[in-house]
Amino acid sequence: MNDRDQVPDSSADTAALYRTARTIRRFEETVEELTAANEIPGTVHLYIGEEAVATGVCAALRRDDLITSTHRGHGHVIAKGAALGPMLAELMGRATGLNRGRGGSMHVADLSLGVLGANGIVAGGVPFALGATWAAGQRSERRVAAAFFGDGGLAQGLLHECLNWAALWQLPVIFVCEDNGYAVSLAAAASAAGSPVDRARSYGMAAREVDGMDAEAVYVAARAAVDRARSGGGPSYLHMKTYRFRGHHHGEAVLKLAYRSQEEIARWQERDPVQLLADRLPREVWAAIDAEIEAHLQDALDYARNGPLPDPETATDYAYATGLVPRQGA
Amino acid sequence: MPRTRYIEALSRALRDEMTADPTVMVLGEDVRHSLRRVTYNLAAEFGDQRVIDMPLAEQAGTGFATGAALLGWRPVLEFQVPSLLYVAFDQVVNQAQKLSLMTGGQAQVPVTYLFPGSGARLGLAGQHSDHPYALLASAGVKTVVPATPADAYALFRTAIRDDDPVAVFAPAALLGTRANLGDQVDPVPLGAGRIHQPGSDVTLVAVGHLVPIALTVATELAERGISVEVFDPRSVYPFDWDMLHGSVARTRRLVVADDTNRTGGLAADIIATMAEEISFRSRPRRVTRADVPVPFSPVLEKAVIPSKETIYATVLKAVEEVVAA
Repeated sequence: MNDRDQVPDSSADTAALYRTARTIRRFEETVEELTAANEIPGTVHLYIGEEAVATGVCAALRRDDLITSTHRGHGHVIAKGAALGPMLAELMGRATGLNRGRGGSMHVADLSLGVLGANGIVAGGVPFALGATWAAGQRSERRVAAAFFGDGGLAQGLLHECLNWAALWQLPVIFVCEDNGYAVSLAAAASAAGSPVDRARSYGMAAREVDGMDAEAVYVAARAAVDRARSGGGPSYLHMKTYRFRGHHHGEAVLKLAYRSQEEIARWQERDPVQLLADRLPREVWAAIDAEIEAHLQDALDYARNGPLPDPETATDYAYATGLVPRQGA
Repeated sequence: MPRTRYIEALSRALRDEMTADPTVMVLGEDVRHSLRRVTYNLAAEFGDQRVIDMPLAEQAGTGFATGAALLGWRPVLEFQVPSLLYVAFDQVVNQAQKLSLMTGGQAQVPVTYLFPGSGARLGLAGQHSDHPYALLASAGVKTVVPATPADAYALFRTAIRDDDPVAVFAPAALLGTRANLGDQVDPVPLGAGRIHQPGSDVTLVAVGHLVPIALTVATELAERGISVEVFDPRSVYPFDWDMLHGSVARTRRLVVADDTNRTGGLAADIIATMAEEISFRSRPRRVTRADVPVPFSPVLEKAVIPSKETIYATVLKAVEEVVAA
């Protein structure tokens, strides 16, 4: 029996997953255009192709559960429920952004939704999940954290500190490896020795590989891990085989890096995670969802574009929670 | 009245905060058996959940503290050795410290990083003798270096109560010093300096364990008719620039004694800041650590860190120098 067979036969569930995945896809396509048009400063790391992972994992979480995210974090934050307007406004550096224009794409956060931040350092946010779940547990709140990282993160010492610690203390953390094949240009096989799943098992935690292009399969695997964690069964490791359809970041196309072939990209695109869900729904269902998403996105775009830029006089605000005014540069 | 050792003052501060606030917990290496003595008896008193030995994983431990702080705890993270800061540097300066600004004020990270035994202490050699407070100050991390048992008690409590990350560096050379603390110790806010001894000829800024040395130098120079004002910043970030300005505006001579590296060190910033504001009567000078790892043999160690002799000679030079008009 594969994971698909275990999904309750409810087209409503599939529709909900589709709605999230499609929202992420269309958000990211919009972000891609806005970045090309310089309406979004800096760079962005697009989640296109990996939507099934965030969609399935976050569908298995409660609203008060927690996530730690990565540099490629838009999908996680949307799947955890962030409002598109403030999120887009953040990427555009507006005062009305989720982080008041102080964080941008790589630091977008919504603590009210348990999003402890995207993170610009590979595996840098993972240890937050340990302390946060421990802290909640001390108050008898059975909150679970999903800690996202990529195949590149498997080479980070910090990740292993966290796997070890979470297993020692049986913390309710789901380690979600988004193996999209490449750490920037370095193939996953050149980054992580041995079997990552076996590695996680060696820490004494449940671990498995998951079809990271199929949101329903992801949901089933995540749900089992979340249930285990919430009932005191400790951490899990989920190795999501997925693929990014775009470059590492927005600028990669200009650099014309040739670390993967067009054929390889095309092969993965045949299993487009958004299309995969649409194919399981009646046309009128996905078409109606698509129309709603387009309207939401237009609203988000209007909200973001109409948001004021932050006042330069406030550039050092929020540096300290206590309101301490830092030394200025001149 | 029993005299309290500096290390006991830290311990008392932690006990008092843990008693006052059930969200204060301490995390570190060997804290249950209290290798560094700050957590002495606390495990028995507060139990397994608030006095926690972590695996030897300083990066994860620092991030753990951040995560617990985001969920409403006030963790105190003890670094058994000051240079373990380097292992955890990203988690301190690039994560915990930046979260408040990067999230536009959503995140508060009320963590205290305690370094009980910072700096050289005869024979700990290259990797256990650093005193890295200036690095954190440079990164904008709130940082205190208390010079007396009373300040250690008061500033440690202030640090725990603060809503931002705060680093507390307890100089190794001071851990055994004693003072009468009494039943009540007045609170000390961050960013409040202290003039230990007023004087009129020169302002001598001293940090941490160099404060008692500076006071000895002041006493000895008084015998030669030189009046030295000893200024202790207590917090190196935020820094009490107003108090220092007031002092230097009066003396118009400045010497800074700072046991961190000369290059890019705290002394350079203190002198630069005062030079931007005040016309000196003589060139400002500094006594710092040499830009080298501390060599092992105690005679070599002494040669690279500030000493009473080098501070004395430097202050004398600053006072005796006649600057052409």
